Amino acid sequence: MSEPSTTAPAEGVRTTTVEAVVAAILLALGLVTATESWRLGARWTDDGPGAGYFPFYIAVVMSLASAGILVKALRQRSGDTEVFVDRRSLKQVLQVLVPAALYVLAVQFIGIYVASALYIALFMVLLGRFDWPRSLGVGLGVCVVFFLMFEVWFKVPLFKGALNPTGFLGY
Amino acid sequence: MADLGSLMQGFAVVLSPMNVLLMFIGIILGVLIGVLPGLGGANGVAILLPLTFSMSPTSAIIMLSCIYWGALFGGAITSILFNIPGEPWSVATTFDGYPLAQKGQAGAALTAAFTSSFIGAFVAVVMITFLAPLVAKFALKFGSPEFFAVYLLTFCSFVGMGKGSPLKILVAMSLGFALAAVGMDTVTGQLRLTFGQTELMRGFDFLIAVIGLFGIGEILLSMEEGLEFKGKQARIDPKIVLQTWKELPRYWMTSVRSSLVGIWMGITPGGATPASFMSYGLAKKMSKDGAKFGTGQIEGVVAPETAAHAAGTSALLPMLALGIPGSPTAAVLLGGLLIWGLQPGPLLFVEQKDFVWGLIASMYLGNLVGLIVVLTTVPLFASILRIPFSIVAPVIIVICAIGAYTVHSAMFDVWLMLVFGVIGYVFKKLDYPLAPMVLALVLGDKAEDSFRQAMLGSQGDLLVLWSNPLVGSITTLALIMLFWPLIAKAIALVRAPKEDEFASQRPVD
Repeated sequence: MSEPSTTAPAEGVRTTTVEAVVAAILLALGLVTATESWRLGARWTDDGPGAGYFPFYIAVVMSLASAGILVKALRQRSGDTEVFVDRRSLKQVLQVLVPAALYVLAVQFIGIYVASALYIALFMVLLGRFDWPRSLGVGLGVCVVFFLMFEVWFKVPLFKGALNPTGFLGY
Repeated sequence: MADLGSLMQGFAVVLSPMNVLLMFIGIILGVLIGVLPGLGGANGVAILLPLTFSMSPTSAIIMLSCIYWGALFGGAITSILFNIPGEPWSVATTFDGYPLAQKGQAGAALTAAFTSSFIGAFVAVVMITFLAPLVAKFALKFGSPEFFAVYLLTFCSFVGMGKGSPLKILVAMSLGFALAAVGMDTVTGQLRLTFGQTELMRGFDFLIAVIGLFGIGEILLSMEEGLEFKGKQARIDPKIVLQTWKELPRYWMTSVRSSLVGIWMGITPGGATPASFMSYGLAKKMSKDGAKFGTGQIEGVVAPETAAHAAGTSALLPMLALGIPGSPTAAVLLGGLLIWGLQPGPLLFVEQKDFVWGLIASMYLGNLVGLIVVLTTVPLFASILRIPFSIVAPVIIVICAIGAYTVHSAMFDVWLMLVFGVIGYVFKKLDYPLAPMVLALVLGDKAEDSFRQAMLGSQGDLLVLWSNPLVGSITTLALIMLFWPLIAKAIALVRAPKEDEFASQRPVD
């Protein structure tokens, strides 16, 4: 996928490093799950297997397998110089991820309709270099379509938040 | 022949005007989903599932399964015109489909792809019609040990048949099981793994996971690759369609072979992606034009498309008859059954005849409708891909957010979706497979229940999994699958392995 890694000098985090970190996180998750399941009762109780019985063994499998991946990744570290994601791609990924997080935060306060219209319009203006009227038009249009589809046709209410833009319609 | 009578009744159910309308809506939404980056069969169905909460289960499943057929058709459009596989299973279609489009034969390639998709699906539906009731009848005799053994086989098959590191498959799977265990334990009523967080009491809904992992994750990946659509023009005029149809019967052997490969891989949890690659490889080896594959052979489009559709359709057989889905999309549909208050499994064929046969009838009609819709509307869908990514990306994220919110009307789920999106992106880049994780998340509770019941019956004796020849052979097969990577290594020591020429191109899914 990331072909420039062979030609460009290694810039950014190496794949094996990410591999090791992810495996370590998964290992930790596995261990936490195992101890918590053990606490819940991972053994045979009076009325059958305890609540933690099944999750405990699942967690054991998870810990062992991720430990295996971790060991393998650490052993490969010296040889492999492939880059997980180079700077330019990382920037592009963050360009989508950060606004998406801000959008979800906005939804929390001002509701899905207003936030979506603003998000689409801003995304178009800032990243797509569209002009304002067209961007706002698309943003509003998409929201109207979703309103008709979800609330009117399929009767599924969406999150309105503090602003209630559709209140006057009775939805 | 009682089944044929039931099937006719199913057609009667499906052919009500409302259901036919839903079928068209489903197909069109499905093709749209298949064409757009970031939206695929599994998360498309997951996002639209809440729309069906107020419908009758039969109408709901008709619309959702049609979305699935539409998505299967849609994947071919992007592969052939843009050399961008819209779905993992249409990667193999790009090998010959795009060269054909470059030679100006996009119309012929698309016609061949759609028609063979239809044929693959049709063969698979005929198989389901006759086989599913038999499997269900057989499965009625299953006790909990048998069911647990089948679950075991499903998950071990991922290890045995999956591509990539077996350790990663195991981790992905157990992560799915662990996430499924979070929340209220249905048997003891204890809260598990919530660590005192009230939001976690509901547990992790697999719909949220599917929307995040496949939807947001995919958008992040496409963003990184700097997606640009430079496609070939597509117009399908009726003359080309007829010409191609005249040519297709020549490849009947390829069609039959690909259908069989697809059906087999669909019933076992191999899935549509390996099926399409296997069938392309076989066609290349066996065709007399095999050497010309990759330069734009119609046969090279027929083989993977037939197999992918046959596999995608057959994946519904274990879901219907056993309650165990063969693919992530089938898993989402199964989740739908639970939400509509139906209990998936062999009893469905006895208690919900209208539903089951309505679904099977809609598979016949839905694929026919799909074929007509895609043949007539390709230019429209191709033009959607020319919409700049800076419009498509935020709209898709909005769709995902709405989809995640509507599942439980909870804002926490939207945040969770974002987290799953990042996990999906990282996992995809590190080749952790997502399908076993999603399936484990969906089936976790049910697998655990059958395990507990089996253990209760035997007072904790694991040998209950070998207590009779049936359960014993399923369990043994499962263990062989689980240790297959090791067994294959041992075999490779004795005998030099054959090289898999498409290994590098096949995505891990």
